[in-house]
Amino acid sequence: MMGCPELPVQTAAALYIANKLDREGFEVISAGNKAAISLLLNSDPEKHYIKKVMDLDRCIGALAEKTMDFDLCFVFIHSDSGISYLATIKSISKAKTIAVIFGKEIEPLIEASADSVIIAAKAVHNPTPLRAKIDGVKSWAALTR
Amino acid sequence: MNYEILLPNSSFKECAEYIKKNFKEIYYVPAGFKIFDNYLVGIPPIPIAVDNDDIIMPYVKPCHGCFVLRVPGKEEIGGLRRSETF
Repeated sequence: MMGCPELPVQTAAALYIANKLDREGFEVISAGNKAAISLLLNSDPEKHYIKKVMDLDRCIGALAEKTMDFDLCFVFIHSDSGISYLATIKSISKAKTIAVIFGKEIEPLIEASADSVIIAAKAVHNPTPLRAKIDGVKSWAALTR
Repeated sequence: MNYEILLPNSSFKECAEYIKKNFKEIYYVPAGFKIFDNYLVGIPPIPIAVDNDDIIMPYVKPCHGCFVLRVPGKEEIGGLRRSETF
């Protein structure tokens, strides 16, 4: 679940996580605002990593109406808005939430995400620190058990 | 949706505090609460105020933070008064 893609690492991290989940056999749905989804689709034109996409507002609506749910939900957070989306997902979904936190000032965001699995790195343009944290998780499937 | 922005580009917490501080008739709703064909995003319980015929509510935009909006809400006020869950 992605918000504003103003920080370049978001798209890279989303593609990287989608690939990892796909390799573990998850059906991955990428939800975001129009710009975030457009960046993903333009980065993966043959859909090697991004199989299904969904508008962010429609996704929230479907979860709130209980017409859809997930095992895991990765919420990309680099601002207070991301914290609001994380709290919303925790409230309307049974998914295990993973807060993917990045940007320059990540400490308050980490503090506000304390009841989720946290993947956090100071990263704006260079996705490597965030990728290293993602690689620290050996199996996402283990979180669903 | 016609609206007036009462508080722009703030954190959700600031918007919630603004509503609680400046209005008297306040209802607390869960995240995902449907109002004006939108599902509210925020940290529950989410405060929504009624002021005469208007609804005062926080509105989160992914790119711009949270806003407090004043929206003419005659048709939604009754439902809000009936559906308070917190």
